[in-house]
Amino acid sequence: MKTSSIIILVVIAAAIGGLLMYSVDFSTYDTISSAKQKQGKYIHLIAKLDKSKPVTYDAIKDPNYLSFFATDSLGGSTKVVYRNSKPAELEQSERVVLKGKMQDGIFECDHILLKCPSKYKDDKEQLEKTVSQQ
Amino acid sequence: MNFEGEHLLPGKLGQFFVLLAFVSSIISGLAYIMSGRQKQPDEERKWISFARIAFGIEVFSILAVFSLIYYICANHLFEYLYAYKHASKELEARYLLACIWEGQEGSFLLWSIWHSVLGCVLIFSAKKREASVMTIINAAQCMLLLMTIGIYIGDVRIGSSAFVLTRNEINGPIFSRPDYLSFIKDGIGLNVLLRNYWMVIHPPVLFLGFASTIVPVGFAYSSLRLKQFGDWIKPALPWALFSGCVLGVGIMMGGKWAYESLSFGGYWAWDPVENASLVPWLILISGLHCMAIYNATGGALKASYLFIILSHFFVLYSTFLTRTGILGDTSVHSFTEAGTAMNILIGMYVLAVPLPMLVLYISNLRKMPAADIQNEEDLTSREFWMFIGSLIFFLSALFIIGLTSMPVYNAIFDLQIAEPADREFAYNKILVLVALLIGMLTAFSQYFKYRHTAKRYLFKKMAWPAGISLVVCILLLIFYPIDYEKKGPGFMVAIYAALYASIFSLVANAAYLQTVLKGKVKAGGGAIAHAGFAMMIAGMLISSGNREVISDNRKTGLFVPFDKDPTGRSSENPMDNLTLLKSVPTQMGRYTVTYVNDSADQNEKTRTYYNLHFQKKDSSSGKSAEEFRLSPDAYRMKDNNLSSNPGTRHYLTHDVFTYVSTISIPNPADDTAQFRVKEMQIGDTTFFSKGYFVLNEMLKNPDNERLHYSANDTAMFADITVHGAGNSRNKAYPGLVFNNGAVQFMNDSVVSQNLYLNLSGMAGEKKFKIGVKESDKAIDFITLKAYIFPYINLVWAGLLVMACGFIVSMTRRLKAANHITFLSVTLVLVALFYMFFLANN
Repeated sequence: MKTSSIIILVVIAAAIGGLLMYSVDFSTYDTISSAKQKQGKYIHLIAKLDKSKPVTYDAIKDPNYLSFFATDSLGGSTKVVYRNSKPAELEQSERVVLKGKMQDGIFECDHILLKCPSKYKDDKEQLEKTVSQQ
Repeated sequence: MNFEGEHLLPGKLGQFFVLLAFVSSIISGLAYIMSGRQKQPDEERKWISFARIAFGIEVFSILAVFSLIYYICANHLFEYLYAYKHASKELEARYLLACIWEGQEGSFLLWSIWHSVLGCVLIFSAKKREASVMTIINAAQCMLLLMTIGIYIGDVRIGSSAFVLTRNEINGPIFSRPDYLSFIKDGIGLNVLLRNYWMVIHPPVLFLGFASTIVPVGFAYSSLRLKQFGDWIKPALPWALFSGCVLGVGIMMGGKWAYESLSFGGYWAWDPVENASLVPWLILISGLHCMAIYNATGGALKASYLFIILSHFFVLYSTFLTRTGILGDTSVHSFTEAGTAMNILIGMYVLAVPLPMLVLYISNLRKMPAADIQNEEDLTSREFWMFIGSLIFFLSALFIIGLTSMPVYNAIFDLQIAEPADREFAYNKILVLVALLIGMLTAFSQYFKYRHTAKRYLFKKMAWPAGISLVVCILLLIFYPIDYEKKGPGFMVAIYAALYASIFSLVANAAYLQTVLKGKVKAGGGAIAHAGFAMMIAGMLISSGNREVISDNRKTGLFVPFDKDPTGRSSENPMDNLTLLKSVPTQMGRYTVTYVNDSADQNEKTRTYYNLHFQKKDSSSGKSAEEFRLSPDAYRMKDNNLSSNPGTRHYLTHDVFTYVSTISIPNPADDTAQFRVKEMQIGDTTFFSKGYFVLNEMLKNPDNERLHYSANDTAMFADITVHGAGNSRNKAYPGLVFNNGAVQFMNDSVVSQNLYLNLSGMAGEKKFKIGVKESDKAIDFITLKAYIFPYINLVWAGLLVMACGFIVSMTRRLKAANHITFLSVTLVLVALFYMFFLANN
């Protein structure tokens, strides 16, 4: 190979490498209490829907406003606001992954990933429940 | 205990054939290895025919296993857990195959069926490389079958069998009864999200793509074993092209499926599962180009080996990502964890072939001939730029898999890293540059010649395409600008640059076919594939860049005050959901949309279609300029879970795409009001709490602004005018429709008056029973998301062109006759055209 070819290769590789470094703006998984320390920072929460508190969603008033309370395994609790339609399986979910920012004590989230028993066909406990309901 | 009604024979047979297949894969593999060690050609031939027989038994057993699984699912033998989990009685016959590959075991089986088919082809075509290639295939088969074998070693179950019995796997009080089967009325059935015709087509095609990546690896192995480096490239190249074609099409079928039936709001979301299948394709394409370089110039041999081995490795790595449950928190395609023993097996499968291959490759690296020193790579040589292109694809593949593998780093190093806030942008901002570079490279590298190109020739040939694309791009900028401002001007410029590059590539490759090859299509496989790829990228840039949310809540002015939003939402994020009250026309972008009514599916009880009427009025004349109906649908489960499928109106230039995000849940406890039946004659008036209504006339098979029946129907509707509060006047049409002897009541409502009307029949001559119900609770509504995807057809058309390019190249490498090339291109084109443009439209 000519020197020039090698130089071009190295420059391209370096440019791509640099871009990759620049693009990495990873978020983190947090607990509710550590999220409260990081106001305004984009994080992921692994939590559960607090079924003892109300879930507010009125599609007629505003189809883009959902609020509910979430708790995590360490006992933290926060109000969550999701400016989108309510995922249908929210109440049945066993676990939720919430992505967003803590702002003024409210978790403003823009993505909700639900872990629902209905999706877990391969889950033995769930199968036991289903078969007993027949 | 003797259990009643069980059919145990198919299970026993199935288990026997799984074991037989597993054992014969080992025997066949060993016999092929032995054949390679023989000195005498006679002995070698004996070992090979022995290995072939063993492989034949293996193929037969795999087909038998598949047929038996089909049998237990088709006959609803719910004593088998597999049938219980994946089949159900209401499931339509066309989904029977789909429910087989919904499960882990079935999809591994599908994979080994493709290995079997490929193996049979190779036995007849691989000639002196048969033994090596088949050794590799048998090694993979052995691992795949091990995962479906389900035998116990001590307390550990190795693999998971599709023939286990429900009563042995699940604890439940009913299983202590001999007649337990009579309690299992139905199976769980295919996940409603997967009930789509793509579920029947996409997995087999994708798995054929996955399975076929092993063939070039087999050829590479034969050359490493015999130390005849480089002689594998020629026979392996058609296979690599085949793999690239099938895998590429398979991936985009997944995209089309996501687009038309899963409510992700698009065809590509950079979901880890999608990425995992894209990465091997990118590396395979790199490998393909390096192989072509070797074929023409003798260079890039080491890279060819590496990319071919890695592309197969990443196929297996994607299997590892999607099946071990490691992506649980990042992917919407939630796969469950299959248990530690299974995960270890999957891990072994990932490494079984690629690891020894890599070791063999590295240990032979020094012995491989380097490219001819005399023949230095020239900056005006085609191979130099092809290699740069391969490198870019390879690096972008590493970037994608690097970002996608985050959960793996978390698991290994016990970290808490999560994906970036805006996942799509994290990928897009890099890949838009990849699109730019690849567009430019595929545009001009065709015009380069191998080894050296005269500069004058180059400028002469390139000037026109470059100029034309510049003009097209400027025209686009003026008349159809891309409106994607939310990521700033820098990204906008990048989008335009990439768009220019892809248009340039499309024009340049088309021109290349015309001017350089003088229309000799057969030699132009590369140019055709590049043009198709460029078209696809251009389509992606335009359709995503100019995607328009028409269900934007702010534009209707209905629910949101104009000044400051009290809920504090930001103005950058359009609020995609819009609530439509039943029979209240709502402005949505350029359309007036009315949620007319619901209709239930004929076969599937839980599925409901929401019929929407779209109308666009001509602004000057006020006449209806465009009118159509869309019926997005949703499955409503027992516990009110909702799984919705979009309704899409396809035009040549754009798609209007809608899906239901929420529905009103009729709660019988809320609505205690009953229908009061009034007997009315034509012209009679009945009062209700907010006003009165008049029965104007009875309509037979009406065809008016709301009802569309023809003379072939048997439908009767009451034409009623409701005079409600505030001098309002509304029309209502409750009716009866006779359908194959069954009566359907088509109730109607005037939502603004909370009035429900029903036509329940005749009451003597000229008297009609009209049911009246008033309710202040149940307002029927749906919440809708609606988008316009412009020029989405470019994406699918580009894919079709690209697939044709692959096939043209492949048949040329196989030195096929003209009519064979023509026939295979036509066949693939027709099939894909049907699937992508006709089947679901």
